[in-house]
Formats: sequence, structure tokens, C-alpha cells
Amino acid sequence: MSTSTSTGSSPVALRRPHATRTAILKALGYTALVVFALLYLFPFVIQVGTSFKTDADATGNPLNPIPETFTTAAYQSLFQQDLPLWFRNSVIVSVFVTAGRVFFDSLAGYALARLKFRGRGAVTIAIVATMAVPGVVLLIPKFLIIKQFGIYDTYTGMIVPLLADAAGVFIMKNFFEGIPVSLEEAAKLDGAGVFRTFWSVVLPIAKPALITITIIAFQSSWNELPHFLVSRQSPETNTLTTGIAGLLTGALGSGNRYPLKLAAAVIMTIPIALMFFAFQRHIISGSTEGAVKE
Amino acid sequence: MPSRTRGSSTRSAETRSGWLFTAPVIVVLGLFLVLPILVALWVSVSDWTGRGSPLSSSVSFVGAENYRQLLTEDTLTRSDFATSLRNNFYYVLMVVPIQTVLALALALLLNQRRLKGRSFFRTAYYFPSVTSSVAIASVFLFLFAGGGSINALLAFFGIDGPQWFADPRGVLHMALGAVGIGNGPDAPGPEALTSRDFMGLTWWDWLAGPSVAMLTIIFLVIWVSAGGYMLLFLAGLQNISADVYEAAAIDGSSRWRTMRAITVPLLRPTLFTVLTLGLIGTWQVFDQVYVMSKGQPGKTTLTPAFLSYDQSINNGEWGTGTAMSFVLFAIIIGFTAVQTFALRDRDRTPRERRGALGRALRLGNQRNPRAGGMP
Repeated sequence: MSTSTSTGSSPVALRRPHATRTAILKALGYTALVVFALLYLFPFVIQVGTSFKTDADATGNPLNPIPETFTTAAYQSLFQQDLPLWFRNSVIVSVFVTAGRVFFDSLAGYALARLKFRGRGAVTIAIVATMAVPGVVLLIPKFLIIKQFGIYDTYTGMIVPLLADAAGVFIMKNFFEGIPVSLEEAAKLDGAGVFRTFWSVVLPIAKPALITITIIAFQSSWNELPHFLVSRQSPETNTLTTGIAGLLTGALGSGNRYPLKLAAAVIMTIPIALMFFAFQRHIISGSTEGAVKE
Repeated sequence: MPSRTRGSSTRSAETRSGWLFTAPVIVVLGLFLVLPILVALWVSVSDWTGRGSPLSSSVSFVGAENYRQLLTEDTLTRSDFATSLRNNFYYVLMVVPIQTVLALALALLLNQRRLKGRSFFRTAYYFPSVTSSVAIASVFLFLFAGGGSINALLAFFGIDGPQWFADPRGVLHMALGAVGIGNGPDAPGPEALTSRDFMGLTWWDWLAGPSVAMLTIIFLVIWVSAGGYMLLFLAGLQNISADVYEAAAIDGSSRWRTMRAITVPLLRPTLFTVLTLGLIGTWQVFDQVYVMSKGQPGKTTLTPAFLSYDQSINNGEWGTGTAMSFVLFAIIIGFTAVQTFALRDRDRTPRERRGALGRALRLGNQRNPRAGGMP
């Protein structure tokens, strides 16, 4: 475990012992990395393996990820149940939330970064202030307001409250502040209006930031649980998270139907996993972005 | 909308567009963030019972009655709330330090020069952070089941693993029992500690420590969130200039000394971020409790966030339920303030320091909706 750069490049005379020690440390470092990688990957291996097992095999050989007899019974039974409906609801909600967030966040981010309008400072501060409210504190309040508006147990109630997020606004604002104004000025001189300039000149350059907030918005709405616990209740509006959570509860201590539960978790994870591997670079840079610069 | 005239009208066009562009975000945040808080504040000081609208004229103002009941009256609600605070406190006490150290260790391992497979390892450690908390919970329910993988592994070493999710024994009680204090986890504790209580919970009960069942949630959250914080530490490490290390190497500084004298101090801002995110996130633990335990066994995995939800939605006790969420809000602000003060940068002027708490709170919430989410 070392961040020292003395390794190998040091002009110290005692070359050989130093090199041996470096080699040992290096080996130890790799060993630690591999042990942690196993610790992080093995649960997923068990998850996928067990989802293709029979119930008896799952509880009988919990450590062996390879099924005794390979079966897709768990998946078949899930697809005969409500899972396709949950999946459809998750797709609908996530697609609308993602599209809305990307559009609204970039509009607002652009306005806060570029347009000199009266009240801009106040709006910026107000949006920043909303970031200080812990999400969990909002659960019951959101339930009350969604009921009050009469949109409880509807797609509207599930989607609209998630349509804007302050962090996304600031990711876009920071990005727009970092690009040169000259292009926009040229467009303005050509007589393009504010929205035209934003839509056809600014947005195309903003692709990297747009990809980042698209991923964050999709991932967070796909994985969202508490909001769908307080904005809906009927079985028809279940998303994957609430549906599978219902499947799991009552699992406390008692052990059966594990292949079914794990198969449901696999299905829920696949879209996120695909996105993660396709856009890994963006996800990893995006996760450390978005701090409010003052 | 092309502007027909230029000059003075550009200004007003920009003002109009400015408000138009920010309107959707303002409306959504206003209706579903600011307004809910105001309504909930009202409910927490009203006698609303869940019937009809909380804003109707039949609902009346009762002042701090709900808060007084929750915090001072000897009821089951109060002792449940105290239990949830105890549980969450031990949870924070274990999760925050361990996940921070693990994240830092992973980042330092990955930051070695000429490392092969860096992106593979980074992906492996980070993947749980982007996965749904429900999916992860289902895996852990299997791993830690009575006859699950972990107990099979323990049996391999000749250890008889506990019934994880059904075991309400507090680990501190077990440890105290092992050194002869109390009469074991199942028997009542020493008279001196059981005869006194605070908020309806005996001193002995306060000292229970996290239960065995809570440990599974603690392991899960540490396992999930370390990868996300590791990325923050990696970004911080990459900001440290190589020149500094070269200078240290020329001075003949040892690895350990370089780390203590250079790496750790220069990582201070990142450390602050990670601790703040961790503290705010862990006080809000909800998903895992909802999916894995619903507060059981023996209420030892009850947390304020879950209790407030359960109390309102399932028991219809809206006044105390909302009061709980505001007390939780106050606790989060309090802990963040203490932490901001304890880790303050002494070189800063008071003026620069002002607003540090607000910054810390925002930081904690913007990318950390709940432990297990994207950091």
C-alpha cells in the first residue's frame, strides 16, 4: 500500500535490497486488490448462479454458485407473475424522469450560467438551499402533498416530483461556465433567439455533461424505492423496486424461494449493469462532479 | 423566438428567458420539496388524524404538543423512538469510520504507480454503488440466511454461525457478558443500570450495541458504499502533485512518513467530504431496513427514518410521525455542525468559515440520497 514515487526511480545506492522490498510490497498490494475483488464479485456470482438453481439446491449448497441441475424455472415463474408489469412501469417512469430532468436541468443550468436576468442570484441561492434538505425527511411530507394534489397512485405522482434535481442543475451550470462564449455570441449576432442559441449551438457542445446527467438520472430513478412507497399503493403501479421489495419482505430468517428472489434481482440489475459497462468512464467521472462552486 | 430589436430589449428578453428557463425547476422543487416541508411542519404542530385534508378548517393548532408527547411522555412511541435513535447511533458509529478507512485503503491500493488492471479493480469495487439497494438486499438476505453462504463458510472453519436476521442480541451486551458484566445477553443487566432510564429506555438497554441482525445491514452498507467513497479519494489523490512526492523522495522520506506527512494532510478536504457524506447518509438509513428487516427482530433494526414512515403511513399517527422526521432533521444538522467544527480548517478566517455548515449539508445531500445510492 503505497503512493510513494521513490519506487524504482530513487537514486539511493542500496539498489538490491530496495528492489526486493519493492517487489514484496507490490506483491502484497496485488494480493490485497485480488482479495477485495473476490469479496466484491463473489456475491454477484452467487446471485447469478443461485438464480438458475432449484430451491433445494439453493439452500443445500449456498456456497457453490454452480447449479447441480441448471434450471430457468425461477425466471419462467417470474415472467408468469407480475414482473413484466413492474418492468414496464420502471421503464416508463425512468424514461420520462430522465428525459425531463436532462431537459429541465440543462435549461436551468444554462440560464444560471449565462443569462443575465434580474433575480438570478436569488434563484441560484434558492436552488442551492434545497440541496441541504435530507431526502428521508421528505418522505411523509411528499406523501401528504401528493395526496393533496390528487395525483396519488398515478404516473403523474410518480414522475413529476422527480423531474428536477438541484445537483443536475449545478452539473450543467458548471459545464456551461467552462465553455467559451464566442460561439453563442456569433449565433446572437446572426439574430438567433435565446432558445435557438441554447438548443442548436450550446446543447450540441454539451454532450459530455448531458451523458453524465442522463446516466445519473436514469440510474437514480431506476433504483428509486422510497418515493414509490409514498406516491402509490396499488399493485398495478408497482415498479421493480417496490414489487421486488414486496417479494422479499417476510423473508426474515425463513429460507425459501431464493432462486426466485435472486432472479428478480438479476433482472432488475441487468439494465443498470449494461449502462454501467457502456458508459463506465462517464459514470466514474460523473460521480465526483457536480460540487457547487461558489 | 428571435428578437426583433436589439440593444435595450436584449436585456428584457434575457430576463424573460431567464425566468422561463428556470421555471420548470423552480415549480417542481417548490411544489414537491418546499411546499411538502411547510405542510409537514404544520402537521407536526396540528391534531390532524389522517382523515380528510390536513389543511381543512377542522384541524387545529396544538403547538409543540406532538413534540412534547414524543420526547417526554412515557409512551411506547417514545421508547420506540429512543430505541431507533440508539440503533441508528451504533450503526453510524460503525459504518462511518469503517467505510472511510476501507475506501481510503482501496484508493491507496489503486493509486500505485504502474498498476496492472486498475480499471478492472476500480469497476469491481464501484459496481455495487450503482446497483439497486433492493437487489443488493436480496443478495444479502441469501448470504446471511440461517443456512446461507456466510454460515456455510463459517462452518468450514468450524464456527457455528448465528441466525443473523433473527438474532436481537446486542453485541456490546454479549461482550460485556463475556467479561462477567450482566448475566448474558438474554438475562437482565446489572441492577445499577436497569433501574435508571432515559427516554423510556434503561441505561443497560442504551448500552446494547448494534444487534447481530443490525450487523448484517452494517456489513451491507459498508460493502456497498466504500466503492463510491473510494472514487472520491482517488480523485483527491490525483490532485496531489507528483512534485511533492519527488521532493519527499529526494529527502529520503520513508513510505510511511510520506503518507503521514504528505498524503493524509493533503487529502484533508476529501476526508471532510467523505465523512460528511457518510454521516448524513447513515442517519437516513431507510431502504435496507424496509427491505430486509422492517425494524425486527425485537425492534433492534428500527431507525428513525423507518419508524417515522411506519408511524405515519401504517399507524396513522401523523403528528408524532412528522415530528420524528423533524427531530431527525435536527439531529443531522447537529451532527454535521459538530463535525464541521471539529474538522474546521484553522487557517481560514471567520468570514470564510461562515457558511461552512450550509456547504456541508448540501454536500451531504446532493449526491447521496440514501446510503447505497450513488455517492
